[in-house]
Amino acid sequence: MTLLNIKNLSVEFETAGGAFRAVDGVDIAVDENDILAIVGESGSGKSVSMLAMMGLLPWTATITADEMSFDGIDLRDLSAKQRRKVIGRDMSMIFQEPMSSLNPCFTVGFQIKETLRIHMDMDRAQRQKRAVELLELVGIPDPERRLKAFPHQMSGGMSQRVMIAMALACKPRLLIADEPTTALDVTIQAQILDLLTDLQKETGMALILITHDMGVVAETAQRVQVQYAGQKVEEQPVRDLFAHPHHPYTAALLDALPERATERHLPTIPGVVPGQYDRPQGCLFSPRCKFADDKCRAVSPPVQPRDLGLARCHYPVNAKEDAV
Amino acid sequence: MLRYLLSRLLTFVPTFIGVCIISFAFIRVLPGDPIIVMAGERGVSEERYQELYEQFGFDRPIVVQFWDYFTGVLQGDLGTSYVTKRPVWDEFFSLFPATLELSICAILLAILLGIPAGVIAAVNRGKFFDRALMSSALVGYSMPIFWWALLLIIVFSGNLGWTPVSGRIDLLYFFDAKTGFMLIDSLLSGQDGAFQSAVRHLILPAIVLATIPLAVIARQTRSAMLEVLGEDYIRTARAKGLAPMRVNGVHALRNAMIPVITVVGLSVGMLLAGAILTETIFSWPGIGKWMVDSIYRRDYPVVQGGLLLVALLVMVVNLLVDLAYGLINPKIRKR
Repeated sequence: MTLLNIKNLSVEFETAGGAFRAVDGVDIAVDENDILAIVGESGSGKSVSMLAMMGLLPWTATITADEMSFDGIDLRDLSAKQRRKVIGRDMSMIFQEPMSSLNPCFTVGFQIKETLRIHMDMDRAQRQKRAVELLELVGIPDPERRLKAFPHQMSGGMSQRVMIAMALACKPRLLIADEPTTALDVTIQAQILDLLTDLQKETGMALILITHDMGVVAETAQRVQVQYAGQKVEEQPVRDLFAHPHHPYTAALLDALPERATERHLPTIPGVVPGQYDRPQGCLFSPRCKFADDKCRAVSPPVQPRDLGLARCHYPVNAKEDAV
Repeated sequence: MLRYLLSRLLTFVPTFIGVCIISFAFIRVLPGDPIIVMAGERGVSEERYQELYEQFGFDRPIVVQFWDYFTGVLQGDLGTSYVTKRPVWDEFFSLFPATLELSICAILLAILLGIPAGVIAAVNRGKFFDRALMSSALVGYSMPIFWWALLLIIVFSGNLGWTPVSGRIDLLYFFDAKTGFMLIDSLLSGQDGAFQSAVRHLILPAIVLATIPLAVIARQTRSAMLEVLGEDYIRTARAKGLAPMRVNGVHALRNAMIPVITVVGLSVGMLLAGAILTETIFSWPGIGKWMVDSIYRRDYPVVQGGLLLVALLVMVVNLLVDLAYGLINPKIRKR
């Protein structure tokens, strides 16, 4: 059963220079027990689409979608109050900067127990017990003492573990991890990713992993969705995506992985993601695409069928091998 | 913690010596002669002037005079007023409760109104309430205090007759000053209407004195809140499903309080140092009025002693504020 189903989600920000479309017609679907990775460069609208779903965007954002349902609830109809009953409990989120994501003025214990207090019918002793349990679950030694610690007394990895414990406090059905390892050391990154995948297996929750690191994707995800400039450009199971990327952007991203480089110089994608003022006509990736021709620059590309990874491209790559 | 406290107290020593020197020098640099001022319009004969001159010790070198004063201060003797012949120490403590009472009421008013106003303004940034509040804060901050006081007196005492113009309580009431705080004493006295009268006397001076701290606290709270509201941990708090009331009032405010505490501390120091204008306008018998009167009379011991005590008070308040940081900001708290 589809746990989260989002169709044609768009997010526009009101800015001084006019409206800016950060997310442009994105579909996201996640089943229980599923790990979906959303990949893309900075500015591709990965985080914004998730924050839009959680209702965490500022009031300058206008959110539209044909469908946005979670566990059978239509998120579009919820009042702010009703939505607050869902987020933090059934659907929770961890963020990129663990060190600044915890409130420096309150102890770790207070912050974990606060979630329990508002969502769960537990007394003080039960909350304490559950908080200790949670810290144990995320692999923090000496949990009773750690509950009394303040965030500044902990390392980044430890803080991210606390964030995970907090997110898991009410046994969510869906966990959104927004670049959970970007700010951490490489060794700690692997530990946190292992922790996340283990917890996902244990609890059977769905996990959405937002990242710009293809290495992270390969290690953890089951399905990958590639976003570019606010659009979904490709979606495939992780193995197929690495074997046969269909969108030139995906292919270029994969080529830029040091592990896959064949030449002395690491291939790069020239240019940057278009911003508010330099959005091209036609295909958004065309200015940076080495296969682009006049048609790409003039006409918005169609979405290809599923066997071509739903690629949003006029000339999907690796098409032949797939057809054979 | 103890070590921190001791090291802070140690920094008091040079400050203390500096304040002694400045307070001693300050009044002597001013033109005017205490003997002539004391003699008044009748004047004083040459011989009598010389006699008094020697009696007050003005004939000795200035350094010796200072040394006398300084050693006296170290022994807890601030000298005796030329005018009232009472020890400066006694005068200070008989008047200080009046200043303290007024200051406490003013700062409470400023905190209780300023912080919520700043929070509401920050949360409704750019909307009507925010603009209205920030403009009135600017007006409150820039308005000359004596003019504001006179305006309030004209409206509330003159036109409406709601409040008295000056003093701490109606002359009808008389009772012992057990604590020196009129609000408490009037309650203790049990006399009918005494407390109400004390409140009515206090209300205008307190409002006037609170105006500037109120404006400063509201502005500081607003800007601190705006900064904090953009922090990652606020997003975390909202992602937990907390109500906006709790996100703003607990998670954000606690962090925003750190800079606000500084401002509150500075304001308290300023208020205790004698709300000179306010006390003078409302004839409030406190430290500020006492100091002003003493400067007019060139009452050297009172001015230098009073300055010294006020400076010490400000230093102690600042120390307390620094200690309060630790309570609010765990990063400063000692391990």
